[in-house]
Amino acid sequence: MSSQLIINNSIVDDEWQLVMPPKADEEVKKQAGKVVMFKLTGEGSLTNEQIENTIFSKNGKVILPVGVFLHHQKDLKNRISKQEIGIWMETHEEIDSFINEINDINLLPLISVRVKKFADGRIFSIGNLLRLKYKYKNELRAIGDVLRDQLFFLKRSGFNSFHIREDRDAKDALLGLNDFTTPYQGAVDQKQPAWKIIKR
Amino acid sequence: MYKYDLLDQSLVDERVAQYKGQLTRFLNKELTEEEFRPLRLQNGLYIQRHAPMLRVAVPYGLLSSTQLNKLADISDKYDRGYGHFSTRQNIQFNWPKLEDTPQILKELATVEMHAIQTSGNCIRNITTDQFSGVTPDEIIDPRYLAEIIRQWSTFHPEFALLPRKFKIAITGSSRDRAIVQAHDIGLEIFSDKDNEMAIKVWVGGGLGRTPILGSVIKENLSWKHILTYSEAILRVYNLYGRRDNMYKARIKILVKALGIEKFKELVEREWASIKDGPNTIDISEINRIKAFFSEPNYKNNKQNDLKKHVTNKSFSQWLSRCTHSHKKEGYRSVTLSLKSNKQAPGDATADQMRAVASLADQYSFGEIRVSHEQNLILADVLEDKLYELWEKAKVQKLTTPNVGLLTDIICCPGGDFCSLANAKSIPIANSIQDLFDDMDYLHDIGEINLNISGCMNACGHHHVGHIGILGVDKDGSEWYQLTLGGNQGNFASIGKVIGPSFSEEELPGVIKKIISTFIKHRHLDEIFIDCVSRIGLQPFKEAVYGKKEKKT
Ligand code: HEM
Ligand code: SF4
Repeated sequence: MSSQLIINNSIVDDEWQLVMPPKADEEVKKQAGKVVMFKLTGEGSLTNEQIENTIFSKNGKVILPVGVFLHHQKDLKNRISKQEIGIWMETHEEIDSFINEINDINLLPLISVRVKKFADGRIFSIGNLLRLKYKYKNELRAIGDVLRDQLFFLKRSGFNSFHIREDRDAKDALLGLNDFTTPYQGAVDQKQPAWKIIKR
Repeated sequence: MYKYDLLDQSLVDERVAQYKGQLTRFLNKELTEEEFRPLRLQNGLYIQRHAPMLRVAVPYGLLSSTQLNKLADISDKYDRGYGHFSTRQNIQFNWPKLEDTPQILKELATVEMHAIQTSGNCIRNITTDQFSGVTPDEIIDPRYLAEIIRQWSTFHPEFALLPRKFKIAITGSSRDRAIVQAHDIGLEIFSDKDNEMAIKVWVGGGLGRTPILGSVIKENLSWKHILTYSEAILRVYNLYGRRDNMYKARIKILVKALGIEKFKELVEREWASIKDGPNTIDISEINRIKAFFSEPNYKNNKQNDLKKHVTNKSFSQWLSRCTHSHKKEGYRSVTLSLKSNKQAPGDATADQMRAVASLADQYSFGEIRVSHEQNLILADVLEDKLYELWEKAKVQKLTTPNVGLLTDIICCPGGDFCSLANAKSIPIANSIQDLFDDMDYLHDIGEINLNISGCMNACGHHHVGHIGILGVDKDGSEWYQLTLGGNQGNFASIGKVIGPSFSEEELPGVIKKIISTFIKHRHLDEIFIDCVSRIGLQPFKEAVYGKKEKKT
């Protein structure tokens, strides 16, 4: 089996293990209009029970759901310093809701963002914020419904790692990274807009 | 007008290649229907009742004669010899074949045109005043800012897949002809007290199912920050706009749910971290783009021979309705009406397009504009040449002197083409046009906007028509609901429903009663909308439904 993972411009083997929480007993629907914004859309977050019951291997590189990571942060010091711990978040989770609980996000070698549906463009803003506002420097990976036609935009939004959906050819997806040569606007990869860097 | 350089051209060419690949993958079943949908939509391709529909972008409504000739060729070669100009200043083809679409886009690219972001959940074509740069009431020409925003928004990576479509309109006149308050972002450029160009920003306007006028989010934004501020608005929307329910996904719903104060607070917080960042524009970029919109070589021509022709009644009716004052003495702007009762409002045949392109070459520096009222405009015509132009345009049935009048109907494609329609709209428009085809009477009635949408998506802007007609579905048959008192421009308002809906047969009679009621109550030269504001809906309701009668 060939790998589904693209890092920078090549297909590489995945050294990480993605940790999923157990399913919640019942769908947790939040009320509209409460303090946390994503609750407007009623998208659920992990329950304490789910967090406590998430199991992950005691060694090797693991990507933990943010909630699980926060819960175990203190016990994981050792593994964090060994660069064995990455985190992943959903597109409806707010960076602001956890960023202050993490000492230094640059101690994490990997942050993944899961996009459940192709059409969910929140992932682009999240990439932008992680890179430009929160100055995250390490591997930023898109996981979930990741297909060729998002890659160019993901790359421009600060992602350098892409886990292509299992049923699609990663080699084909790789081509999507180069759909356009010189875009107009400044973004994460090329911060200056075209008019500032080339003579027009 | 703006001309592509190598960069613009390569982006458009690369898009053609990208789209061709996407279509091939779809046809080879490497992309599912659901996955191909957002991709084709962002290229203006709808799958409609009869065939795909392809929407081609006309950035802020500006076309060269070369481009219009190409559109004519495309309608002949790939369609049925006509195109439809839309309320968003674009053009749509109703009958292309799916397999032909890459070739159409390739041909468009040779004349600096494309279908990028003309549909789908992204930033759409920026619209503006059709009289930009020539109208005497203009404070600042909005076209160069519109072009700057166009470039910034094209393939903007962060806003490639928004919760819903996103429309930006910009005006630089004291009189707003771009309906900025009915857009996701509305921009009004003005000159602030230090004579600096500044921008008033509205957010959260839109029609559709939930018509809402925008709220002011920034009274005075320096032009430098237009892109970063828009970015902050869009980021908040992208992150928090609803994605679970497409009917609640527009930014207007988010602004309403949070309240403008809270929304503004979030935007300002976001903006704080990007303000003065790399996408801030500077005067060199403004000047670079502005140079494309410099004044044409106007002649100094203070005299004109119009007097010779005023006795010609049809010409003078046309002169009064279809030509507009110009900032340069000796010139006028001309609206070529696409609203004769022989065609669907906004439709133009390939021959008409070629004729207009040729008129533009002869009389208006080779440029044409599309108005959101779905007409074509020649912006810079010497008064001396008006009669000559009129005679030539008349042959093509482009001189119906009804601009701004009852039969200058804004109308969506409706049930004849659109699969979302509750009811037909084009035949309604034509039957009203037939009923009011006496030009003298039409001119007596005076200024009035009548808008028709075939369903609550409101493509025909019925909410802001002085008279609005909305197609509704009642037990599977087609009915029409009437609103009065909608308005666009600086005094934008949303029309009110007058009562139970009507059948297609009843409708022309109802419009007739409404007009007679207006004539009966009107003061002197009062226009319809002012009369409605003054006397309210009651007299109209009585005329239509009868007095106090219990409605069955
Ligand atoms: C025939 C294919 C068409 C389809 C399927 C279609 C579909 C839609 C839908 C679903 C909406 C509502 C979107 C929303 O509220 O979120 C909409 C809005 C709109 N459409 Fe169309 N449309 C079509 C043609 C047109 C045409 C021909 C025009 C111009 C004449 C047009 C102009 C508009 C405008 C201006 C709006 C915005 C109303 C607003 O501000 O919410 N559309 N369209
Ligand atoms: S208003 Fe409705 S019927 Fe008319 S074009 Fe839009 S979606 Fe179709």
